Amino acid sequence: MITLSHFLILGAILFSISLAGIFINRKNIIILLMCVELMLLAVNTNFIAFSHFLGDSSGQVFVFFILTVAAAEAAIGLAILVVLFRNKRTINVEDLDTLKG
Amino acid sequence: METFVFYLFSGFMVISALMVITVHNPVRAAFFLVLTFFAAAAVWLLLEAEFLAVILIIVYVGAVMVLFLFVVMMLDVNIAELKRGFVKNLPLAIVVALAMFAAIYFVVSGEHFSVEKFAVPARHAADYSNISELGQLLYTEYVYSFEIAAVILLVGIVAAISLTLRRRPNTRHQKIEDQVAVKSADRLRVVKVESHKRKYEVKK
Repeated sequence: MITLSHFLILGAILFSISLAGIFINRKNIIILLMCVELMLLAVNTNFIAFSHFLGDSSGQVFVFFILTVAAAEAAIGLAILVVLFRNKRTINVEDLDTLKG
Repeated sequence: METFVFYLFSGFMVISALMVITVHNPVRAAFFLVLTFFAAAAVWLLLEAEFLAVILIIVYVGAVMVLFLFVVMMLDVNIAELKRGFVKNLPLAIVVALAMFAAIYFVVSGEHFSVEKFAVPARHAADYSNISELGQLLYTEYVYSFEIAAVILLVGIVAAISLTLRRRPNTRHQKIEDQVAVKSADRLRVVKVESHKRKYEVKK
């Protein structure tokens, strides 16, 4: 029998993997964006699991909004990436030190 | 059966997510991310979120991932350079990920989310429509949030286009406003031409 814990642990595994991905791919912005998408997927899975087990569809509405925001975020992020590559010919995070941060 | 489906697709999800973060080629990473989304859609179907499972495939696989692939293929990136430091950061990554997972695991596997607290709900009848239920919620209770979501998408469009639009000089293109505003006098000059005097007789 599949309980709520199973789905939550699946979400936790996915979130941890994407966190590890952010650590080991610190230079490649494209993979970093993909890891953010994976994190959002893990969170969405948690939302849907709670929505199912609590019998409340509002959780699914929130997933809908998260998908909307994630799509807009991916579009803007990739647009910034393209402009960045056009100007600096690199997407290595370490080369992006213009702001001296 | 349900247990089998769950473990099959969550296994797919975890393995392909691991591949996303470890493969060297960003194009392959994007394809493994697509596989992750497909497996996630199957898991969501198991949770009776049919609409969102379909939306995940249409919007994410169909639009966002294609966008990712476009960008990956357009950029000429040096993969070997970007992978430097991969091994160096690996132990730290594993430690942080395990710590994160352990922290979440102790919360979600304990008695707070057990079967006694959250009983497995009965399946809906065959004529249950997830779309109509979500639609009723979206257009009544969450209608303002829904409109804000639409505005966010609009902002996304405007931002993405205005960021990547580039006006290059020395390119030939139409100036529509000039074309519309033009009058016949600007283009056409009527001149009086003297009629030509014939120099030779044309032989009949």
